[in-house]
Amino acid sequence: MALKGNLRDFSVTQLLNLINLARKTGVLTIESDGTTARMYFREGRLLHASIAGQDDQLTAILQKAGKITPEQAQIIRTRSQVHTDKELGLLLINAGYLSQDDILSSVKQHVLDVVYYLFPFAEGRFHFEPDQLPPADRITVSLDLESIIMEGSRRIKEWERLHEELPDLDVALKFAERPRTPLRHINLNVDEWRVISFINGRNTIRQIAQHNGMGEFQIRKIVYGLLAAGLVELVEPAEQKRRAEAVPAGGPAQPAKPPVKRNVIMRIIDRIRRI
Amino acid sequence: MQNVKIVITGPFAAGKTEFIRSISEIDVVSTERRISDNSRVVKEETTVAMDFGRITIDQDLVLYLFGTPGQKRFDFMWEILSEGMLGFVLMVDSTKSETFREARQILDVFKKYAGVPFVVAANKQDLPDAWSPEDLRIALRINSDVKVLPCVARDKESVKHVLLELLYTILETLEEGVS
Ligand SMILES: Nc1nc2c(ncn2[C@@H]2O[C@H](COP(=O)(O)OP(=O)(O)OP(=O)(O)O)[C@@H](O)[C@H]2O)c(=O)[nH]1
Ligand SMILES: [Mg+2]
Repeated sequence: MALKGNLRDFSVTQLLNLINLARKTGVLTIESDGTTARMYFREGRLLHASIAGQDDQLTAILQKAGKITPEQAQIIRTRSQVHTDKELGLLLINAGYLSQDDILSSVKQHVLDVVYYLFPFAEGRFHFEPDQLPPADRITVSLDLESIIMEGSRRIKEWERLHEELPDLDVALKFAERPRTPLRHINLNVDEWRVISFINGRNTIRQIAQHNGMGEFQIRKIVYGLLAAGLVELVEPAEQKRRAEAVPAGGPAQPAKPPVKRNVIMRIIDRIRRI
Repeated sequence: MQNVKIVITGPFAAGKTEFIRSISEIDVVSTERRISDNSRVVKEETTVAMDFGRITIDQDLVLYLFGTPGQKRFDFMWEILSEGMLGFVLMVDSTKSETFREARQILDVFKKYAGVPFVVAANKQDLPDAWSPEDLRIALRINSDVKVLPCVARDKESVKHVLLELLYTILETLEEGVS
């Protein structure tokens, strides 16, 4: 099923949230202002990312991470007999030159650099191609999207986007029922923890901000990140009312009853089935 | 004679008029106008006040389907139309992600009018660029207890399916009330 659109309408944060929650496998391509970027995912985890035209061979990645010098990079490029990143990685490890961890952490940093570079893009076409995996010769990583989404939303600067995504501050927050990653595994900063400590299904976003002496921009940004990472959810107005009235806890939120008898609905169902 | 109604809402060009047209026994009493502004590139006509369809259930029960106008500048009509409804369908054009944000805002407004049951119709599933209902659920932040249904508003069977699912949901809320 296609997944196409413009970042104007559906941001990088929202895309990563979707890929995370739907546990998608495939490649997300973003084209903006002459830049073409690709991010590969497997079951909702980030494997690889690259920007077209940028050297993302392992040699360049290791040099960028300071693991090898420009001179060493030059030697590898001109003299190396190996052809793929995987072969080169093995060679460097077997020669005792670098550890596996050196290599993986450099690749991870490269992938994150690409993704964080894309976060602020406010314009540009995107499309998601299911089931495509990175080229087989690439060294891949496997990164949780929740932490990436939190970090990305910390970098948001435009007020408008936050305002659109979260128009109403008088709604309460609750923890997501089935977060994919436990909270303690996600890198949260002090302010984010302070917000989390006030989440109880009754406190509104505005009240949480007041308790913590936070301004509107700051609280929106933190809540947006927590929502996008799938860690918390908004409490529906009906449910909020019920919770506020302190009805014995538990039970799903009940919608208001339509102003009819059961028998009326049965007759309508019966009729529509026969149309 | 008892009259009941279901409201079909959603952004501009989501397919609300088409949906009602597919199942109504009368020609949809539509207040369509030719479009005068730049929305015209999308289609020729838009609903300016409401659509109005009818299904006679039996001798003393009639179901009316009301479609809300999709364009924002007619949103003063929404509250009037939603008065006393059994439930509503939020129609979304699954191929147009530029309308998802608005769809969510419309949903928030409708939820406030009355906490009646609703379903989401992921319309235009016959088109290759349609987002799947599961992806739409996440994009629109629809809770897991709300149905997001595939829909092709031009297809009567598909429209029946959406309406029936809404009616089953309404029935459930009535049954919860009994226990
Ligand atoms: N392919 C396809 N096209 C559809 C479907 N449903 C509606 N359309 C087309 O989409 C366009 C918009 O449909 P309408 O029914 O006018 O939409 P609306 O929601 O009533 O629009 P407004 O009244 O202007 O808000 C029309 O050209 C329809 O023919 C569908 O399921 N599949
Ligand atoms: Mg219409």
